[in-house]
Amino acid sequence: MHKIEVSLRSDLPDPRGLGLVKDIHDLEITNVSNVRVEDIYWLDADLTTGELESICCNLFADPVTQEYHYGVKPAREKPNADFHTVEVAYNPGVTDPVEGSAMKAIKDLGVGGVRAVKTSKRYLIEGPLTRRQLDSISSKLLLNPIIQHVVEREHVAFPENPQYTFKLGYVELLGLDNTVFQQVRQRFGFSVEELQTITGYFQRQARNPTDAELETLAQTWSEHCVHKTFRGKIRFDGATIDNLLKSTIMKATRELDKPWCISVFEDNSGVIDFDGRWALCFKVETHNHPSAVEPYGGASTGIGGVVRDPLGTGLGAKPILNTDVFCFGPPDLPYNKLPGGVLHPRRIFKGVRAGVADYGNRLGIPTLNGAILFDERYIANPLVYCGTLGLIPREVARRGQQHPGDLVVVVGGRTGRDGIHGVTFASEQLTDQSTMVSSSSVQIGNAIVEKKVIDVILQARDRRLFRRITDCGGGGLSSAVGEMGADTGVRVDLEKVPLKYTGLSYSEIWISESQERMVLAVPAENIEELLKLFDSEDVEAAVIGEFTNDRRLRLFYQGNQVCDLDMEFLHDGLPQVEREATWKQPQYVEPAFPPLTDLTGDLLRVLGSWNVCSKEWVIRQYDHEVQGGNVLKPLVGRDNDGPSDAAIIRPVLDSNMGVIVSNGINPKYGDIDPYWMAASAIDEALRQIIAVGGNLKKVALLDNFCWGNTGRPEMLGALVRAAQACHDMSLAYQTPFISGKDSLNNEFEYEGKLISIPHTLLISAMGVMDNVSRAVSMDFKKAGDLIYITGITKNELGGSEYFRSCGFTGNNVPEVDPQQAKALMDSLSSATGKGLVNACHDCSEGGIGVAVAEMAFAGGLGAKIELESVPLGEPIARDDSILFSESNSRFLVEVAPDKWQQFEKVMSGSTFAVIGKVTNTDVLEVYGVDGRKVVSVPVNQLKEAWQKPLRW
Amino acid sequence: MGKIKVLVLRAPGANCDVETAFAFEQAGAESSLLHVNRLVSREKRLSDYQIMVIPGGFTYGDDLGAGKILANELMLKLGEDILAFIEKGGLILGICNGFQVLVKTGILPEPSQLKSQLRVTLTANDSGKFECRWVHLRANQKSPCVFTRDIEGMYLPVAHGEGKFIASYFPEANVALYYADEKGDTSAGYPHNPNGSVGNIAGICDASGRVFALMPHPERHIRGSQHPQWPRQGAQKYGDGFQIFLNAVKWARQL
Repeated sequence: MHKIEVSLRSDLPDPRGLGLVKDIHDLEITNVSNVRVEDIYWLDADLTTGELESICCNLFADPVTQEYHYGVKPAREKPNADFHTVEVAYNPGVTDPVEGSAMKAIKDLGVGGVRAVKTSKRYLIEGPLTRRQLDSISSKLLLNPIIQHVVEREHVAFPENPQYTFKLGYVELLGLDNTVFQQVRQRFGFSVEELQTITGYFQRQARNPTDAELETLAQTWSEHCVHKTFRGKIRFDGATIDNLLKSTIMKATRELDKPWCISVFEDNSGVIDFDGRWALCFKVETHNHPSAVEPYGGASTGIGGVVRDPLGTGLGAKPILNTDVFCFGPPDLPYNKLPGGVLHPRRIFKGVRAGVADYGNRLGIPTLNGAILFDERYIANPLVYCGTLGLIPREVARRGQQHPGDLVVVVGGRTGRDGIHGVTFASEQLTDQSTMVSSSSVQIGNAIVEKKVIDVILQARDRRLFRRITDCGGGGLSSAVGEMGADTGVRVDLEKVPLKYTGLSYSEIWISESQERMVLAVPAENIEELLKLFDSEDVEAAVIGEFTNDRRLRLFYQGNQVCDLDMEFLHDGLPQVEREATWKQPQYVEPAFPPLTDLTGDLLRVLGSWNVCSKEWVIRQYDHEVQGGNVLKPLVGRDNDGPSDAAIIRPVLDSNMGVIVSNGINPKYGDIDPYWMAASAIDEALRQIIAVGGNLKKVALLDNFCWGNTGRPEMLGALVRAAQACHDMSLAYQTPFISGKDSLNNEFEYEGKLISIPHTLLISAMGVMDNVSRAVSMDFKKAGDLIYITGITKNELGGSEYFRSCGFTGNNVPEVDPQQAKALMDSLSSATGKGLVNACHDCSEGGIGVAVAEMAFAGGLGAKIELESVPLGEPIARDDSILFSESNSRFLVEVAPDKWQQFEKVMSGSTFAVIGKVTNTDVLEVYGVDGRKVVSVPVNQLKEAWQKPLRW
Repeated sequence: MGKIKVLVLRAPGANCDVETAFAFEQAGAESSLLHVNRLVSREKRLSDYQIMVIPGGFTYGDDLGAGKILANELMLKLGEDILAFIEKGGLILGICNGFQVLVKTGILPEPSQLKSQLRVTLTANDSGKFECRWVHLRANQKSPCVFTRDIEGMYLPVAHGEGKFIASYFPEANVALYYADEKGDTSAGYPHNPNGSVGNIAGICDASGRVFALMPHPERHIRGSQHPQWPRQGAQKYGDGFQIFLNAVKWARQL
């Protein structure tokens, strides 16, 4: 065993350490003056000094900036008592992401005999600290006990891996003993009806099930995998809904029957045509529970997982864009308000951001779209939505079909104990014990393994070496192989699955959720070429079984059968759940405070709220330029820092066609009425497509529901309302849903109280654009241009950012008139298509006030608007209501003075009005309904208020 | 005369290979994406190409330091081929991770003095963060760099976490590009100098001018619609970075 310590030369500043000093100050520990970080490598080997020197000089230490040390070292002299060291290492069994590449590099050097490599980090912290403060720094910033520990002794251990001896496990289910029944039910997470159905099945087989059979059923029948609530029978206030998904969201898609929809609700992502030659596929997933307990690992594997969805669509799509939407607790939450066992929102935020960026950047996929929302109810149950857009040749865009006799090939990462029972964990409620018990449910990703898998799969696809592909996600091989084999049958020899380490039982191999794996169906005659191709790029591929024609799922371990299930029972045997649902609109206090005569302070406050403020700190740390297809960036305007409504990319580099990706989400409206929340989210996602110059001709939607416990009728009723709005809006806007996902049971029990997340529906949209040169950005372009508003403003401040900032919810939630909205959007599309629009921005959180402020400071120009010119849907006397109302389907549009006639002609039929002018005064002025000035403020002050909160 | 052949080197974690190949094709060359394993196995030979590019990305995850593991592999398994390629007049371009790789092989700043006193490296940004932003660059007019001929300034994006150039001493002749502000001041600080590079150095070349590497991404600005300001100013046909690819192809053609 060798230990090599690498440190930065003492005369160089340590950026990692300086970042930590800032984080420590955020913990309100202010007496830390400096932190330095050292990298430690542990080699399980017996090397000569020459070999060690070579490894250190050539690999571990940079000769210019770093120093290294190995062997016996004189005891570190503590300069004084204010000098603390904490060394952090990964727990046994957690994959060390550096190990594989370090081993490869050592081998390249020609040094043999290194059996394993582990890394740890040592933090040298300077400052007078109490034991308690030091512990607080360790536990809040330096390590997460789920995957890491403080190295107390001298050595990081290289434990011998335990051996596994095969023993077939049966579960005594047929004894009809109720105690056993309940125990089995709890162990595998079945409902009573489910386990009764299973008992019936095995009674007919006249035998007890094996543990692997019950594990397979538990995975396949989990909420995460089959969405039983959405597919269940729901009694909703007297009416019966048989399969909510089919009777709302999928129904609209079927009725719209768009010829450009290629594959909807059947493959790993939804697929639409792009240009006749190429198709686009899109999927958004959530990774909430893993991110709550280990933000970095949870979020990075969330990205890794969703990227494999397009890759597992058709015969494999190239991932070309990522979108990420997060919901967190307030970053400024006092520590004494944090429930036990819960990570602080700021730490979750930073960890999630880092996980998404590190994984997405390494894969070379631009992260171009997203949103971040804050609410106290997300403190213990943050939401992490990750989405990926893929590009695929049209002729391979449909799901493939294996033939009996085709081989089952697992490719990519090896299988370990990571993420076992992840889907059952995802489907359950979190408790303050979750961070203690769910450690095996946490996965650590390795982006480079996934990148290699993507690269080689796309080559294998182009050579047509396999007939079908799917990803290994929730439920691991059990879901992937089980679903793939549903209509043929399949047999798998589990001992052939490549393992990270020995000691896994056959069931663990079967349900492990280790990352970066895909499953292929490969015709026997192609197998040699396929294995050779994968080998040539150092990607592991192993034949683990074959598809049959017996419609059975049969698993073997070293020749012993451990599972034999009828595919029909596995996939169609799940009893339909029956649930009660009800909904009643809650009543909130309607605010009655007198408006201020000067609304400048209100505008600054709303701009600086967590939800509205600039997210540049996050966006800049994502690579949003990679792949070179960028046309409209997430940050736009004179100084590249204004908030773009949506991103546009050119997915095929030598074509002028583009794709726009946007999202809509507003959980605050859901507190009042989930129907209008869903309608608003759809309107918002579509507005953003229109605002950047797109149109509604070829726009597809995705739904992602994150909800509380739908076992409670009022919770389920809210879900039904939202799904119904999805149906209605989808039809009215002529925009079909092509895929979706739900994550239910997002609740947290804290001191006996149940905290549910707000009803949260994310709508993601992609729109095809015929000519990217018609893109429009949101920043004001030129003094003297006219500012139009299109659409009608109503007294709709319920759930608005303005009310929230005053401490109210209100009741007048923004509604949508989709017929009127669609006509307006179509007209505005023609206007942008004709080049009549210099800038366009939709009115969303913060209404007209925030929209005009953002357009002004993004363009570095002033503006003057008059609220009395704003077309109203009802009489509104209050200036603050007009300025901050969040009525849907509205845009602010900048038009050059020589184009106003043409613009108004194109817009005729919709409501619009000139409300002001772009000025070169650097000041935003707003005049109230009675002509008084109600806002007057330099635009750089607005910008500062908007940028300050997240300037971390 | 046939098209100039460009080898775009793929390696695990390289991720700007496709758009870099596209940029060279737009400049009239023929690009091949080639995995490093195919060169190591001698299935393909570097000597069959006129230009080699090491594109951006995170080769081997940037574990052990950005570019380190690929640099190690290249020198141990292809070192002689690469030096012979340079000797015979070949052009080498390193972009972002490719810059990190070339510096860590020692080929830059001077392939003829692999173990010389000119020790340079690229290390973590002063900000401690990976950042993606657009920067103004000025070309060193005294540099022999063939890639930056006739270029005065450029506006290009950077996207990296380890781009701070450090050298104890560095001859001005080897500097090809400086970070600058919009007025061309090459002493401007953050964010114009996005990583804290010593002397605002953004790109360097060897004495021959044929081995060149830079942190910013010229392949991400080969046409006007990639410029972040195009919706304000209108789109030019070509982006600032395109000239680099044209220059390289033009030079190779003269050989």
